[in-house]
Amino acid sequence: MANLKPVPSAREFDLSRDSLRQLNLYLHKEAVGEGISQIRVQNPDGAHSIACGLDAELDVHIHGHVGYYVAGMNKHATVTVHGNAGPGAAENMMSGRVHVKGFASTAAGASAHGGLLVIDGDASLRCGISLKGADIVVGGSVGSFSAFMAQAGRMVICGDAEDALGDSLYEAVIYVRGTVRSLGADARFEPMTDVDRAAVKGLLAAAGRSENPDDFKRVASAKSLYHWHADANQEY
Amino acid sequence: MSGLQLEESAGFDRHTIDYIQRAAASGLYEIRGLGAKRRVPNFDDLLFLAASLSRYPLEGYRERCVTKTLLGTRFASKPIELAVPITIAGMSFGALSARVKDALGRAATELGTSTTTGDGGMTTEERASSKMLVYQCLPSRYGFNPDDVRRADAIEIVIGQGAKPGGGGMLLGQKVNPRVARMRTLPEGVDQRSASRHPDWTGPDDLVIKIKELREITDWEKPIYVKVGATRVFNDVKLAVHAGADVVVVDGMQGGTAATQTVFIEHVGIPTLAALRQAVDALDDLNMRGTVQLVISGGIRSGADVAKALAMGADAVAIGQGVLVALGCNSDTYVADGKHISALDGYTALGTSPGFCHHCHTGKCPVGVTTQDSQLELRLDPAVGAKRLKNYLKTVNMELTTIARACGKQDVHHLEKEDLVALTVEAAAMAGVPLAGTSWIPGQGPTP
Repeated sequence: MANLKPVPSAREFDLSRDSLRQLNLYLHKEAVGEGISQIRVQNPDGAHSIACGLDAELDVHIHGHVGYYVAGMNKHATVTVHGNAGPGAAENMMSGRVHVKGFASTAAGASAHGGLLVIDGDASLRCGISLKGADIVVGGSVGSFSAFMAQAGRMVICGDAEDALGDSLYEAVIYVRGTVRSLGADARFEPMTDVDRAAVKGLLAAAGRSENPDDFKRVASAKSLYHWHADANQEY
Repeated sequence: MSGLQLEESAGFDRHTIDYIQRAAASGLYEIRGLGAKRRVPNFDDLLFLAASLSRYPLEGYRERCVTKTLLGTRFASKPIELAVPITIAGMSFGALSARVKDALGRAATELGTSTTTGDGGMTTEERASSKMLVYQCLPSRYGFNPDDVRRADAIEIVIGQGAKPGGGGMLLGQKVNPRVARMRTLPEGVDQRSASRHPDWTGPDDLVIKIKELREITDWEKPIYVKVGATRVFNDVKLAVHAGADVVVVDGMQGGTAATQTVFIEHVGIPTLAALRQAVDALDDLNMRGTVQLVISGGIRSGADVAKALAMGADAVAIGQGVLVALGCNSDTYVADGKHISALDGYTALGTSPGFCHHCHTGKCPVGVTTQDSQLELRLDPAVGAKRLKNYLKTVNMELTTIARACGKQDVHHLEKEDLVALTVEAAAMAGVPLAGTSWIPGQGPTP
């Protein structure tokens, strides 16, 4: 018994010392084999592509600000950024959860197919662009062209939205609590139903938030651009 | 004077009158498939100077001529090795049926080359049948997912397409059947208008970072291609190389599409001939020839075209429309149970005839190639299609080696610009080779 060593349950990487390649390779190939599910990353210093392409139920905590594409194409993993995130946070996420405790730059959650992206602060331009089924909860406000061409999924905005919210939406639905500077082409306000309120309540709870679902408005597609017609020439 | 006065206007010819009257009636621009139909300088305007007294030929029917082609040797740990420098261009499941994608994969695998997905994701049939599959990352990101990224042999970031550089894809509702809709996360039957810009990056500096992300996701194993539609090719190729591409794909204006506006097809972009020369100039300017591979596409049809492209400096070509024609596109029959069945009624219903059809956008392809209709797609038997395509590509490759041997080359990649002359001043200027019978390269050399 004396020879048995305690099995580590966590692993720490320090990006001031370890390379990004070492970190991502470990997350892709070695962590599961070693039975490690908790990974801490120190001193990210704005590095790009941290924890991208994960495909396992890992719990990654990044302490500091990150650059582009944190948790890009995430599948299964939970990634928490204790800081701000650069462009494309959780882009093309398939499942799992990505939580940015600070602010997020442009295109957060772009083309994400599944999972939950939570941004405690504001999100910049094109948040949820090309969304394909994921859920996004933004604690603050979002920049212009958010949810541009969003195809499926839900987006909860606790603050305000800038110009052209939901331009060319397909089936995605946006819930916004504050003011909307302008809606994009083919987007429109619709009445909130009980189903919508329940959806907002569930998403807020999942994001650890306590806003009142009754305060939100629903934005969805008017579907006037689903088929070609001569009167919508500027939209084509 | 008597009789009819039939003086046709050059400016307002019958084609133009038809265009204006169609626009006046509908208020919408025309949408169609395939590539540019207008005459532009092309590879037919070049000729080879084969060996004679000053060059020594290889024995045409005996001596070996190497066609092996490596793509992605710059950074990827697992480059693509092709048996021939002829690849199959990106064409989507959606534009083509799953059976056609299956046929492409079978033929390519038998010949030792690659196929490429398109704006609609990767089908299981295509992955199963294609030994080497290039997975496109397009602005729409339809069906794009990390599992398929890992299953792919290379990733191709599509910036643009020769038929419509600067424009997004288009798939009309009649082709968005339940499976296509599911793969693209779209409502069934919707007229799909793809984005023309990538959602998560906006310029060449961002592209550097995007490519690195894909490299991290794939653990630096897979080659990353960057595909551009031919416009400002010299600058675009340099930017793609700076961004870290292993392979640059340049698609000239003759390149095909499943559907886009006619005005785009005929009036945007530059000919493949000019694009190729500019791309090679860019690689030379960066001293990157041989480090970054160049694939050229857009109207490549024959072994002569391939040989000329390689002589001008391409490492490989990609063929799209030629592949579809080999499968039966614009044929007056399709094959069922070994018999040729007339498809003329289908062409008539579309208001066209074999040899003229460009109605891919309708989804009513009379020979079952560019359709998602459950009955029409049965007109293309994957086994028959694969055999025809393999025959075509094999023929193209044999023509290529025939020319290479005649020029005294033991390897098709040894073909060089010095082997070429041009038939016209325009082609000489665009390709950067001398006008035949002179040493004059317009813009470069002395006058004749």
